[in-house]
Amino acid sequence: MRRLSRILAFGMAACMTATAFVGCNGDTGSSETSSGGSGSGETGKVYYLNFKPEQDKQWQDLAKKYTEETGVQVKVLTAAEGTYEQTLTSEMDKSEAPTLFQVNGPVGYNNWKDFCYDLADSEIYSHLTSDEFALKDGEAVPGIAYVLETYGIIYNKTLLNKYFEADYSTIKSIDDLNNFDALKTVAEEIQANKDDLGVEGAFTSAGMDSSSDWRFKTHLANMPIYYEYKDRNITSTDAIEGTYLDNYKAIWDLYINNATCDKTELASKTGTDADTEFKTGQAVFYQNGTWAYDSVKNDGTEGLNDDEFGMLPIYIGVDGEENQGLCTGSENYWCVNKNASEADIQATLDFMNWCVTSDTGTTALAEDMGFVIPFEDAKDSTNPLIAIADQYVADGKTPVSWNFSTIPSEEWKNGVGSALTQYAAGTAEWDAVVSAFVDGWATQYAAANG
Amino acid sequence: MRRMIKRRYFLIFVLPTLAAFAIGFIYPFFQGIYLSFCDFVITSNAEFVGLDNYVTALQDPSFLNAFWFTIMFVVVSVILINVLAFAIAYVLTLGIRGSNIFRTVFFMPNLIGGIVLGYIWQLIFDGILKNYGTSIVLNETFGFWGLVILMCWQQAGYMMIIYIAGFQAIPGDLYEAARIDGATKPQILTKITIPMMAPSITICTFLTLTNSFKLFDQNLALTGGQPIEVIGGQMVYKTQMLALNIYQTFYQNNNFRGVGQAKAVIFFVVVAVIALAQLYFTRKREVQQ
Repeated sequence: MRRLSRILAFGMAACMTATAFVGCNGDTGSSETSSGGSGSGETGKVYYLNFKPEQDKQWQDLAKKYTEETGVQVKVLTAAEGTYEQTLTSEMDKSEAPTLFQVNGPVGYNNWKDFCYDLADSEIYSHLTSDEFALKDGEAVPGIAYVLETYGIIYNKTLLNKYFEADYSTIKSIDDLNNFDALKTVAEEIQANKDDLGVEGAFTSAGMDSSSDWRFKTHLANMPIYYEYKDRNITSTDAIEGTYLDNYKAIWDLYINNATCDKTELASKTGTDADTEFKTGQAVFYQNGTWAYDSVKNDGTEGLNDDEFGMLPIYIGVDGEENQGLCTGSENYWCVNKNASEADIQATLDFMNWCVTSDTGTTALAEDMGFVIPFEDAKDSTNPLIAIADQYVADGKTPVSWNFSTIPSEEWKNGVGSALTQYAAGTAEWDAVVSAFVDGWATQYAAANG
Repeated sequence: MRRMIKRRYFLIFVLPTLAAFAIGFIYPFFQGIYLSFCDFVITSNAEFVGLDNYVTALQDPSFLNAFWFTIMFVVVSVILINVLAFAIAYVLTLGIRGSNIFRTVFFMPNLIGGIVLGYIWQLIFDGILKNYGTSIVLNETFGFWGLVILMCWQQAGYMMIIYIAGFQAIPGDLYEAARIDGATKPQILTKITIPMMAPSITICTFLTLTNSFKLFDQNLALTGGQPIEVIGGQMVYKTQMLALNIYQTFYQNNNFRGVGQAKAVIFFVVVAVIALAQLYFTRKREVQQ
């Protein structure tokens, strides 16, 4: 009897321990999308750590289709907004690490270079339309951009035409609106006559809440960086000189002084605020990119019709900017984990190639996700802002490249963003922005590369 | 022989919890200390670098700023929360009508998550400050007091419950005896109530002290450390507390994982020392009935 109870006790303890462990194991399978088994051990698996939460569902669907077609298992996991780096760090530590992940450009690559497989001999690389969209490290190609995006100053054609026709307008045609001085004139005249035009301001609020501040601390900051790189004939630097910071100040002043709200309120304005203002016709100009189309288009009750969209380059008052185009580039580079097994790497390469060459893949990328992909077989997108961007290129305007991917760290952006906010609110001088921009760059670069 | 086996039974029963404790606490704890001496991107490829991370951490102006900001915050919030909670508990044990409803109302903020609270209070503060053309993220003084108000509002209710329990545990005959002996009201408060409440005060100061030290969610959501001052090219978040500073350092870039880890170890030591010292000193003041 005593012996029996002892056995029983042992058994129960073992059971409890076992349950505790099972609990730990249970979660690994939960986020897998496809059940399509790979029969033999030879076939590799794909594990894609997706960056864009807004396209999560579409990627899951595409993965399912791929599994149905080929039988290869594809798992897609999407990191929550703003936590990609955190998710990637912990996922990479697991035994089943992502085979396909992404970096945001040279700086992100610097963090993950020990994990990037050289794609120079891959098939997907041969389909790339331009070498400009590959991330290079000497001869090696560790990353390939899979989506191109464009930003500039989106405008409401109906409202802008109303201004052109008004008797107080100095600028009478969109063709004359091709430099900073003209933009300044237009913005200030719209602001002065906002009641006549029925708007609240020329520009949407330049919100500095974290849902919107990247438009200025990153995208707008690209302009002075771009022109400085061009002058110095470089593609990255350990110390920015800030030669075009006066231009940066000029455009920032224009945004905050001619907006829908007082400049002291900008600290708490959000991205949704700006979307709403533009969507409801309270503002004529909105600095944003092709991705903003979905949030401001006509949804049946309000919003802009497709033919009401226009987009201007961001003019900051540099000589010869009449020929400047929109800002086009990518901060989404696919990288393959070189520490994965050979079969998994091959499966991943096949999957990537299928996405950008097959009919199913290209259709899903163009129509479901609204991406412009830099590959030969790309399908046209239905987004009118993308058509506008294409037109600028066709007209021979020089696209502005995305040099903000060389910004040394997120910290740098936060520093500049905070200084811009304080300058707008009047609690700091412009010198604070200059200091964050120039001094911050040098220290942050040293910290990241030291 | 049989006695020996019998005595070892506890090992079997303690095994599941012990295993969970080892996996969930002991191993990560020592792994974390080891990693603070390493340069690493992911934890499985760590490379030993000695004390470099500690040197970098201690030279970081943002860490020192966060340290003093945290100390200031802890001092102010521990005092305010406890005084407030004690006062509310005192009033609510006087037997006024509806005190149960008040207790519930004061306790409720505790049930809301820190991130949500942070955003809600940010809206409230900004709604007021907007009229003066400023915002909570623009001024470190506003950020500091905003955080104090938020924490008082959230924590006072919880501490109140503990104090109420303390009040109710004081035997009525002590008061009766004091009154017969002719003690005045202030005398009763200082000579009877407060000494008898010492155990509650100990637990409440301990809880508020450690909570305030480790504060993260509310700090992240309310100001996120803003405003930022650039001192010699270094970003110094003026309203950042230690936990947030560690988090930000860790994910800043891949050279700083180890530095973040080193800061976390320093943080642990500081919190442990202060909490133990506090326990020791308040325990000494407790009286036995």
